[in-house]
Amino acid sequence: MKVKGLKFKGQGSRVKGQNLPDEMGHFGIYGGRFAPETLMPALEELTKAYLYAKKDKKFQEELSYHLKEYVGRPTPLFFAERLTKRLGGARIYLKREDLCHTGAHKINNTMGQILIAKRMGKKRIIAETGAGQHGVATATVSAMFGLECEVYMGSVDIERQAINVFRMKLLGAKVTPVDTGSKTLKDAISEAMRDWTTNVKDTHYILGSVLGPHPYPMIVRDFQSIIGKEARQQILKAEKRLPDYLVACVGGGSNAIGLFNAFIKDKKIKMLGVEAGGHGIETGEHAARFAGGSVGILQGTKTYVLQDDDGQIKVTHSISAGLDYSAVGPEHAYYHDNNRTEYTYITDNEALEGFKLLSEDEGIIPALESAHAIAYLMKLAPGLSKNKIIIVNLSGRGDKDVHQVAKAMGEKI
Amino acid sequence: MQSRIEKTFNKLKQSNQKALIPFITAGDPDLDTTKRLVIEMEKAGADIIELGVPFSDPIADGPVIQKASYRSLKAGTTLKKIIGLVKELRITTEIPLVLMTYYNPVFKYGVSEFVKDANDAGVDGIIVPDLPPEEGEGIIEEGKKKGLDTIFLLAPTSTRERIKMVASVSTGFIYYVSLTGVTGARESLPETVEASVNKIRKTTDKPIAVGFGISTPEQAKRIASFADGVIVGSAIVSAVEKNINNPALIETVSGFVKNLKSGIIIRT
Repeated sequence: MKVKGLKFKGQGSRVKGQNLPDEMGHFGIYGGRFAPETLMPALEELTKAYLYAKKDKKFQEELSYHLKEYVGRPTPLFFAERLTKRLGGARIYLKREDLCHTGAHKINNTMGQILIAKRMGKKRIIAETGAGQHGVATATVSAMFGLECEVYMGSVDIERQAINVFRMKLLGAKVTPVDTGSKTLKDAISEAMRDWTTNVKDTHYILGSVLGPHPYPMIVRDFQSIIGKEARQQILKAEKRLPDYLVACVGGGSNAIGLFNAFIKDKKIKMLGVEAGGHGIETGEHAARFAGGSVGILQGTKTYVLQDDDGQIKVTHSISAGLDYSAVGPEHAYYHDNNRTEYTYITDNEALEGFKLLSEDEGIIPALESAHAIAYLMKLAPGLSKNKIIIVNLSGRGDKDVHQVAKAMGEKI
Repeated sequence: MQSRIEKTFNKLKQSNQKALIPFITAGDPDLDTTKRLVIEMEKAGADIIELGVPFSDPIADGPVIQKASYRSLKAGTTLKKIIGLVKELRITTEIPLVLMTYYNPVFKYGVSEFVKDANDAGVDGIIVPDLPPEEGEGIIEEGKKKGLDTIFLLAPTSTRERIKMVASVSTGFIYYVSLTGVTGARESLPETVEASVNKIRKTTDKPIAVGFGISTPEQAKRIASFADGVIVGSAIVSAVEKNINNPALIETVSGFVKNLKSGIIIRT
């Protein structure tokens, strides 16, 4: 530290028992805590409460109990036999996060965070949501624990995810439309941060992805890591060996990190993140941060961001509301730069093909987000030999998307 | 060497007066209006002026400044153009000018290039609401080298340790956020502001200016009775918005600034 007076406990030093992030939330040059002063003490308090709970056996038991009895974990690792045959290459396994209660992986994180919020004595829960999956998962655990819940959602997303909006209302949550900016996930996060800034004393903000200021990217990753931990055991049991490829869609990137985290040290395993290519990179209407973005700071964290030359954040597009966001989780940025993971993208139209394929071949209707991972599988699997193994994270189910898909296919329902 | 901001506070202190610090969003509705507003607000009694740099995702701002940012961006305002405006303004005025900007436009510009260009143009200080000192080492060092004040914020939630740390690194003045929340006019301000300012004073001799929520001459007067400076943002930006098609926009807004100033003048 060259600047006098600028001394922080543990700057740059490692948190015991893990490599990343450092104590200030940095993943290499990414991450950190770019937050207004009003929130800084709350972020420090949350970090402390989380690290304490993490070591506390009672907390871990409570979390395990609820994940098993309420969420329905472990989720199966399903060998997709017909899909494997159809694509004619590598053996394909699906990690069935769509079978979690509420229909997506999001509840792994909301369950963990609400238990922390309860420990901190918070009375009110807020969240942002894009596709509505995180909003539903937050409203669900809030209902279960009897806490007041308000969910911010862009008005564009409210329109395309009407079913989830109504689900949240049924669960007793207040859904507040956000009409600023692009009226999607990014603006919902800004509004949730403003609410938290105002009501920080009694409110906990359950952020839904590996985004935002430290400690969120760390907390959300840790709670989602159950996906990879289970998948690792399951594949070892089924195949007596580790997989060759992991594939997951990446919006903020929580389902991807959740799967990848348990395999990071197995350098031979290729990990692939699939971003939303929207109408195609060349059109500018997409959400592929690695293909079309550059390093910047958005909503509390330093990472790859879609922005213009003046540092203004660009409006994104994707058929899938859950991937329609201008920044990617900072840990992904870190792994991208050191080549531990690779990122690619899938367009809206390709995602629709993936959506149809999985529905018809395996009887599983995937979320449009997860359909991006399936669509990439259609490109990857045929070129691989039959003794290779791929695990795809099927992050959510597609019931919420049927109206939108019908519209895209030109069918009336 | 004393910065222009420090000089201003020292001068006011000698005559037992407080600083009025109006905020406007630069480029709202266009940069020419901003230029004329700066000149007229100085005449109306402004001691330091904050120019807001518009950003697409202003997480610390309420609806009024959000809308102003949107208007400004739509008019094509960029950080570069705002620095250019300051350069033009320096031909006619010596009033301390502070840029209030989110971090990403500065980061994209390049921190050291930004500090150099801003300083060369005549910018006196910067406030970056989403950059706590923990992440601000680069800009603090560059600012120190060039003599650009880096003003950091404290809030009602700040802990004792944070007060000490922020007070020690902030230069020019310390920005105390009067309430837990985002920018925007409030009918009443927390009773605790005075006690909080006094608490900060125990750890520092630096000037303390209070902002967020202050919107009337009466509120400004109350704050001025214990703080070194009074920052008024949304109420002024709101006056700009309401008079956007009024040919007398400049006169109306500077008239409001004059009212604010008359509230805080201490008559001896």
